[in-house]
Amino acid sequence: MKVAVLTFPGSNCDYDLYHAVKQVGGEPVWRWHRDRGLDGMDAVLLPGGFSYGDYLRAGAIARFSPILEDVVAFAESGGPVVGICNGFQILCEAGLLPGALIRNESLKFQSEDCLLRVERTDSSFTSNYETGQILRMPLAHAEGNYRADDETLASLEDEGRVLFRYVDASGEATPEGNPNGSRNNIAGILNAHGNVMGMMPHPERAMEPLLGSDDGLGVFSSLMASLAGTH
Amino acid sequence: MSRFRIEIRVTPRPGILDPQGKAIHHSLHNLGWTAVDDVRVGKAIHVELDAGGADEARSAAEEMCKKLLANPVTEDFEVYQVEEA
Repeated sequence: MKVAVLTFPGSNCDYDLYHAVKQVGGEPVWRWHRDRGLDGMDAVLLPGGFSYGDYLRAGAIARFSPILEDVVAFAESGGPVVGICNGFQILCEAGLLPGALIRNESLKFQSEDCLLRVERTDSSFTSNYETGQILRMPLAHAEGNYRADDETLASLEDEGRVLFRYVDASGEATPEGNPNGSRNNIAGILNAHGNVMGMMPHPERAMEPLLGSDDGLGVFSSLMASLAGTH
Repeated sequence: MSRFRIEIRVTPRPGILDPQGKAIHHSLHNLGWTAVDDVRVGKAIHVELDAGGADEARSAAEEMCKKLLANPVTEDFEVYQVEEA
């Protein structure tokens, strides 16, 4: 399975993503932001980092990179697209996912482990988890505070499009478990068609117990299973 | 064609949490300005461009705001000033 890993000027998790794809048996393919064309790709991944120095707003400039036109077309034709951290911010700016990510409530860049609860397992990105499973993985961002108007938020909740929620040690979505002030403790969401996913925490940095956690593996193994049609 | 200087103001929408404004508010209180009731932080963007007239310059600026300079989910924008350079 060919999985495009995009790189923007300022991306810094692209190699982690490349490694993650290889680890689950996929064939990662580099795509620079100025490249065109995603023909033959089975999925597209947008990495974390600070594309264009986060100038103006995180993701606002990357959203107009040449490759993004192809990503939008790929997503609209039903191809799976995953944005992690800055990738999530870019997908929101591009209108492929609803809402926006603003400055953390703490005003700080937060680099720490967080706990996530898996809300849905009937998606292409979470099928290898259990509903309600608690995952530990790192987050590293200053703009991860998810915002959407009440109507958008209600449709995300009603349509079961919240995939991951920040939780406390007891597994509850409390303010204590919320690292950045995101509405409804939202850490990761799906688009209406279920083929575009964005999340702020870093599953690609939680792929091996040696590195503290392998709880992120499921995101990539679920994607591979979905591409292979085995779930 | 004339050269125009445009000032665009982008501000957090009402009801959107503004953590920077909150921090500055807190700091002003610490400095003794206890009468300060609210602080919101936005940005001013200065654009210079050539256009056939002020109306054309203004509508170009509005398009820039809609497409790139402001995010409608969290921000409002205003083309605050258009003046011939």
